[in-house]
Amino acid sequence: MKKLRTRNHSVVLNRSAGGDAGITFFLVILGVIMFLPLYYTVMQSFKPLDELFYYPPRFYVINPTWDNFSDLFKLMSESWVPFSRYIFNTVFITVAGVFGNLVLSSLCAYALAKVPFPGNGFFFQLIQKSLMFSSSVGGIIVFIIIAKMGWMDNLASIIVPAWCSTLGLYLMKQFMDTNVTTAVLESARLDGASEFRTFWSIAMPMVKPAWLTLIIYSFQGLWNSGASIYIYSEDLKTLNYAMTQVLTAGIARSGASAASGVIMMLVPILVFVVSQSQIIETMGSSGMKD
Amino acid sequence: MSKKSKVDHGKMTKRQWTWHMMKRYKIGYIMIAPFMLLFFFFTIIPVIASLLVGFTDYNMLEVPNWVWFDNYITLFLDDELFITALQNTMIFAVLVGPASFILSFVVAWFINELSPRTRSIVTLIFYAPSISGGAYTIFGYIFASDSYGLVNGWLLKFGFIDSPILFFTDVKWIMPLCVAIALWMSLGTSFLSFVAGLQGIDRSQFEAAAVDGITNRWQELWYVTLPNMKPQLIFGSVMSITNSFGFGGVVTALAGNPSTDYVAYTISHHIEEYGGARMEIGYSSAISFILFLIMITANSFIVKLLSKVGE
Repeated sequence: MKKLRTRNHSVVLNRSAGGDAGITFFLVILGVIMFLPLYYTVMQSFKPLDELFYYPPRFYVINPTWDNFSDLFKLMSESWVPFSRYIFNTVFITVAGVFGNLVLSSLCAYALAKVPFPGNGFFFQLIQKSLMFSSSVGGIIVFIIIAKMGWMDNLASIIVPAWCSTLGLYLMKQFMDTNVTTAVLESARLDGASEFRTFWSIAMPMVKPAWLTLIIYSFQGLWNSGASIYIYSEDLKTLNYAMTQVLTAGIARSGASAASGVIMMLVPILVFVVSQSQIIETMGSSGMKD
Repeated sequence: MSKKSKVDHGKMTKRQWTWHMMKRYKIGYIMIAPFMLLFFFFTIIPVIASLLVGFTDYNMLEVPNWVWFDNYITLFLDDELFITALQNTMIFAVLVGPASFILSFVVAWFINELSPRTRSIVTLIFYAPSISGGAYTIFGYIFASDSYGLVNGWLLKFGFIDSPILFFTDVKWIMPLCVAIALWMSLGTSFLSFVAGLQGIDRSQFEAAAVDGITNRWQELWYVTLPNMKPQLIFGSVMSITNSFGFGGVVTALAGNPSTDYVAYTISHHIEEYGGARMEIGYSSAISFILFLIMITANSFIVKLLSKVGE
């Protein structure tokens, strides 16, 4: 155990070399375990047929090919619904769902964080409690509600419930608590700005990282939405559904299956890479007080 | 509430004061209305309704009768499959919940002192499985039941086994594999929250602690890091626990539903079975409400426990 002091006498923390080595070892092993399945998916997606059925299986690809991807698209365009329809549905669900969730959550988060109306704390408690159970708990009743609304076989059945997902709202409210000072809002109010105006031109620009985080959470859920119990028309099905459908034929399509895995994971991962620093910034205020 | 009003309310009763505030800040109600309306419709009402419907024998065809606790009595005394589902759900939750919580924290803690660039790459590697959508289907090929499966292929090659192991149909293997895969996917929101929380701790606190005679990482963890991280720890535990109870989709995708001998049959499956397939809405509502109670109880208990950290 050594205790170092730098030249300007500020204290350097106690760090043993053994500990550093142990931590590095642990991280490398665990990192490899986390990474291998994703790596293997990518490798499988580029393997030609003879390598897919090579014994014993290889961890890497020798003659990479795009065949699996073109197979996947060929399989998908064989169904009587054009392939572009599935893409359109997924993009439509994602855009409409994310947009609604963003608008409703921002408004609500702002009011909960910065407008001291009576009952404010109660509503936030409800939101916080809702994080403690998964939405599947109310699934059957939601089914009945959606059926009664006449949203069966309508994309609204996926989009509208997504508008009131609470995690994004929770994160945004917490972020506003720490990052939007009431004094700034107060001076805008004194200048005669309406509450909506204060919300839109003062508070919202200050919480850009929280926006982005909300968008990404909402996006991930919707982008991956697959088979839905509410949708039975083929021309309303999603990309994820279509891909899993063509792959049920089993082992012979393991290459195409890996290709679809790569396509589905590529988008969320890219989105995360671009926005990581903002998400981490938002998460800094994610803490919960009991 | 963050703001003190300047209005003198000395002469008002509490009720008058509340009414005054409600009128003054009515804009607040307007702003939360759209979200809250939908939230009540799709979250709050379904939970309350499943409590009420759980006391009936509603099946979408006949007029429902109020049967009081019959559904619950049947569940616990007469439905062996429910007991299996309950057990499996608990096993999943007890193994995956705490393990994913601890794993998320340990990894976040270990990468905290890396340079920002390395840290963001490592964060991506650990976080990626939880956002990769259906990427877990690759395990169907890694653990495929013939010699082209990665694991079976190499075990056969080296002569550890004579015939391929039927990973997702063998009762010995289904549960451990599903737990492992759930863990693989579990470094999600709580992990990011921990990474951010650790970054947010003021470095001068560690330096002060070092001056005060803290000599190693473990003491630093206990006396400085954990108390500072309390809000994130609570949030992270809620995320991990809720996640681990809702587990079911991955099992269906890999081991099928029902899995062999129902070894990985969870409460989510049981709800689907009665609510979806058999349309016994009353009965499945009772199951849903039990799941709700379990989740809320487990979360509240852990939140209470964690709020004692560092006190």
